[in-house]
Amino acid sequence: MQVLYFAWVRERIGVPRESVESSAKTVAELVSELRGREARYDLAFSDMTAIRVALDQELSDLGASLVGVREVAFFPPMTGG
Amino acid sequence: MSVSVQAADFDVGAEIKALANGRTDIGAVVTFTGLVRDMAGGEKIADMELEHYPGMTEKALANIEAEANERWHLQATRIVHRFGKLTPGAQIVLVATASPHRGDAFEAAEFIMDFLKSRAPFWKKEGTPDGGRWVDARDADEDALNRWS
Repeated sequence: MQVLYFAWVRERIGVPRESVESSAKTVAELVSELRGREARYDLAFSDMTAIRVALDQELSDLGASLVGVREVAFFPPMTGG
Repeated sequence: MSVSVQAADFDVGAEIKALANGRTDIGAVVTFTGLVRDMAGGEKIADMELEHYPGMTEKALANIEAEANERWHLQATRIVHRFGKLTPGAQIVLVATASPHRGDAFEAAEFIMDFLKSRAPFWKKEGTPDGGRWVDARDADEDALNRWS
């Protein structure tokens, strides 16, 4: 699946998007898998209350299933307007 | 109903004219324009970089606009939101609503702005003398949303 990062999440991870091979069934599982990979992910996801997630461009949550999902995005709370 | 997410500036007068589009049944047009301020948190702001999520942004704005059209009697709506590097005084966002009477247009414009603040995938980074600083979401913006539920 494609994983996208925005704002300071992007800066901490160092790339705006990447292709990730994962068997994670939920967003939470994907996050813990990424955190185990490298320190930059661990740092970016150290406080999950500051992270929002979108699945295929719809706002979702950590407990959501990744079945059939092609695009996962992680970002801080939005500041539009 | 119409949404644009663009780097280019917009012309409020031209947008109002396009909204009415020769119609004579519109009684009220309300517009809100958001601008970049030169100060934030007591610090001078040199510029503001707006990042967004292409694709999701357009969808989120269209959903907010559709919701406003369900709640109020609106004859036309328009949202323009810019991205990229903007300097103080620059226009960031335009919300325009048209209705037969002012009440619906006023309320709908405020509703759209309240939702756009924390439900449209934009992130702001302010350029200060000490370097770049991401703007935190404000609790007040979340409170503003709750009054519509």
